[in-house]
Amino acid sequence: MEFSVAGSRVFAATGGKPFEGGKRTLVFLHGAGMDHTVWSFQARRFAHRNRAALAPDFPGHGRSGGEALRSIADMAAWVAAFVDALKIEETVLVGHSMGSLVALEAAGILGARARGLALIGTAARMAVHPDLLAAARNGEARAADMILGWSFGERGTVGGNIAPGVWMQGAGRRLLERALGGALGSDLAACDAYTGSDKAAARVRCPTVVVWGAADRMTPPAEGQRLASAIAGAKTVAVPKCGHMAMIEEPAAVSAAIAEIA
Amino acid sequence: MAEHKDFRFDTLSLHAGQQPDPATGARAVPIYQTTSYVFEGVDQAAELFNLERPGHIYSRISNPTVAVLEERLAALEGGVGAVATASGQAALCLAVATLMGSGGHIVSARSIYGGSHNVFNYTFPRFGIATTFVDVRDPNAFRAAIRPETRLVFAEVLGNPGLEVLDIPVVTEVAHAHRLPLMVDATFATPYLCRPFDWGADIVMHSATKFLGGHGVAIAGILVDGGRFDWAAARGANGTPLFPTLTEPYPGYHGLVFADEYGPAAFISRARAEGLRDFGACLSPANAFYILQGIETLPVRMARHVANAEAVAAFLATHSAVSWVNHPSLSSHPDHALAKKILPKGAGAIMSFGIKGGREAGRRFIERLKVFSHLANVGDAKSLVIHPASTTHQQMDGQALKAAGVGEDLVRLSIGLEDPSDLIEDLGRALKASQKA
Repeated sequence: MEFSVAGSRVFAATGGKPFEGGKRTLVFLHGAGMDHTVWSFQARRFAHRNRAALAPDFPGHGRSGGEALRSIADMAAWVAAFVDALKIEETVLVGHSMGSLVALEAAGILGARARGLALIGTAARMAVHPDLLAAARNGEARAADMILGWSFGERGTVGGNIAPGVWMQGAGRRLLERALGGALGSDLAACDAYTGSDKAAARVRCPTVVVWGAADRMTPPAEGQRLASAIAGAKTVAVPKCGHMAMIEEPAAVSAAIAEIA
Repeated sequence: MAEHKDFRFDTLSLHAGQQPDPATGARAVPIYQTTSYVFEGVDQAAELFNLERPGHIYSRISNPTVAVLEERLAALEGGVGAVATASGQAALCLAVATLMGSGGHIVSARSIYGGSHNVFNYTFPRFGIATTFVDVRDPNAFRAAIRPETRLVFAEVLGNPGLEVLDIPVVTEVAHAHRLPLMVDATFATPYLCRPFDWGADIVMHSATKFLGGHGVAIAGILVDGGRFDWAAARGANGTPLFPTLTEPYPGYHGLVFADEYGPAAFISRARAEGLRDFGACLSPANAFYILQGIETLPVRMARHVANAEAVAAFLATHSAVSWVNHPSLSSHPDHALAKKILPKGAGAIMSFGIKGGREAGRRFIERLKVFSHLANVGDAKSLVIHPASTTHQQMDGQALKAAGVGEDLVRLSIGLEDPSDLIEDLGRALKASQKA
């Protein structure tokens, strides 16, 4: 569905059901250079379980208009504006990688309206190697190579996808190609510059689950554990043999983890 | 930062798409000879049917053995996903049915497999889909044939039987300028010789029966989605969507919009969700296993196929009983330079030549061959020979034959993996005999 936030066009997937206000709403926030399609399984799962689901494309990503936002704080403010514009009273924020940092910050802005927080493939600090930053900004294909090489567990590297016939490396590459030379560079710079996770984690008051792939090399499990330990009462879920793209590598396990706080 | 390199082609040929069997540890891809799969519970069943989680339900739609083949081909082609089908023809029909309905139009190269020509020229019109055939070497002809109702541009990477080399970037540019996808049949090339997505094509199909399988024991097809075509942006002059099957709600799946839901994998997702479900031209797990056995050795086989073919082409080019030879490895071929660019590892193992003495000489030639088998197939490990005018292209009238570049003297060879000296000696003996009235 298309929505308008502050005069800009926003596309958000709704999990196969038209968005209806008045329900607890899961807002799924994608990672750097990605879009709403990474949440297909989870959005459908919750949209058909007496919840509403919204997986927006951040500005400058996917099918949303506007320019990519340049900081995690700006993205969090945008999420809050998105929630306001749609008059959502009860929000469960679900974020992956860059989106997890945005969700963490947005939870603080939304306060009591944030009823749950799921952080997937996350870390308190997401420093980005200068080579990758430069390649992404310059639109070089090797930026996608670097990200893809670090993103997947065994199923995504060699194959054996649970989703029949889909080559995860290829699908990931196509998403990143669309953001090369544009949103990908600014997203990675925003991740690299963000240092507010400790403060944001201390402000979290809603039920939280932190999910990581046991074979995640992008945001290693120890980093997820460290962030979880800074959030009061946070649950943790480790997904075996899974890499950084847990929601597409092991969709059911991630949905089950989200369900614990949704 | 350490740069990642995807596994290379030869490694992907052996491993892509497979984890050792989780139930048994089997290293080989098991043949999951089953129609259906026991649900873990009511909730899991509901989630599978509602696309809330991936998995197998019924082998017409997906099967673990077939899925390995699909993922492996998607990896080898550099695409986002694939659907395996009962044959190459099934793959072609599945692609067309996924992209258009009655009123649709295709612009196709004229020099294509006879079976593809038949379905375009005779069968699809019964369902309201028309095709205009054009000279594959003339980009302006593709451009001129495109109409408002055109939904697909189609050609073969290596034409049949003329071995015309498709200038993929040029024809892609023509198609994309009209917001149309280019689909190519890459059967003769295989991804070892050419990866069409790297040159801009949007959809690749194969008759996997041929070089991918390589052993001539199983019929199979495959459709691979490149994932780059922007279906949502493809709109006609009046703003109407060109591909509503992918961009509009589909009542057959509770209003699912494939482009919204699956982004780069929209096409292949609809091909499976609707096309396999409704038309049902799925591949059997046993045949998928046979094709996988072939793909494991694809790189070494194709290198040998090409080397043998080049040796045979060079031999025929100097033989006194041969009036012409058509193989892009020869400098006399009109697409020789283009072949070096598009197919740098070689231009495949199919070739044609004209035998002096016409139809009767051709008959004597074929009857005297001992190593080559006379049959209607290509891409076998064994060398094959056929006379297209009386077999694969026999439904074409004289004018269509001429337009497709098929003369009565034309003999088509599919060069196998035998010792090239045996092939050349066999051809030499038969050519000599063919000239004796």
